[in-house]
Amino acid sequence: MLTAVFYVFASLLVLGALGVIAARNPVHAVLFLIFSFFNAAALFLLTGAEFLAMLLVIVYVGAVAVLFLFVVMMLDVDFAALKKGVSRNLPIGLAIGGLLLAELVAIYSIWPQLSVPQPSLSDPVSGSMTNTEALGHILYDKYLLAFQGSGLILLVAMIGAIVLTLRPKDGRVKRQNIADQVARRPSDAMEIIKVESGKGVDI
Amino acid sequence: MDITTAYLTDYLPILLFLLVAAVVCVAAVSLSLLAGINRPDAEKVSQYECGFEPFESARIKFDVRFYLVAILFIIFDLEVAFLFPWAITLKDLGDTSFWSMMLFLGILTVGFIYEWKKGALDWE
Repeated sequence: MLTAVFYVFASLLVLGALGVIAARNPVHAVLFLIFSFFNAAALFLLTGAEFLAMLLVIVYVGAVAVLFLFVVMMLDVDFAALKKGVSRNLPIGLAIGGLLLAELVAIYSIWPQLSVPQPSLSDPVSGSMTNTEALGHILYDKYLLAFQGSGLILLVAMIGAIVLTLRPKDGRVKRQNIADQVARRPSDAMEIIKVESGKGVDI
Repeated sequence: MDITTAYLTDYLPILLFLLVAAVVCVAAVSLSLLAGINRPDAEKVSQYECGFEPFESARIKFDVRFYLVAILFIIFDLEVAFLFPWAITLKDLGDTSFWSMMLFLGILTVGFIYEWKKGALDWE
């Protein structure tokens, strides 16, 4: 049963990934990518990495996919011109793909000889704790430096995004000042002028 | 029962929902394709925009500030993601874990104050 479910999600993931690179419309490609993210989350769930699965849904589906959609829509890229570069960039892509495949094969061949006990590699759920609790027990003191490092990386990302995209202010921000609004009297805002007939009025 | 299988059976209803959703989607689309009357002509399949031809491509450039909002959203999303394991294990954790989270939140608060003061959250 579990194996069957795994193969269903794994094949859907591969199909979705194929859709990402095969879709003509870049927006469809992003939708295929979201589909792949969901399937990857299901695979994480099957291996017991519950927290990672939910994180994949929240962060990748909820936020990163939105960013990708923005990029696709914002950059106004000429996709026909981009497609012409495929044959030129094909060797680089194949080389990177081949490298990743070689890594997978290497891991697969030494998998039985790894010194780490098998269950802790293939089964993140241990004992009576859930996956999220197990993470919480080690993340904040044993891996304190890595944790604070991730905080610093987030800070750098935040400042970088602001520095790169924020344009200097030119006084166009209009804020609501409640005190000013409440203190306003009819005499501040309007003026009654008697206009004599036949003559204009200067305002 | 082993905790792995126990927690996987918790997800069984979601799997069933997925199956039902997939069946309904496929049935709705394929039935309307097979059983519906489909006689397209040039006018029917042409683009329609309030009676006139579309003036320009719908793929116009967005303002980059939408992107800034999305990036800031991701960063705080991740910050909250780090809070989840901390929150459910807080009663077992020591002082180190508590203060390391406070430091983490402090670092991100520095960024938050920066973006607030810089006006990245204002919309013109």
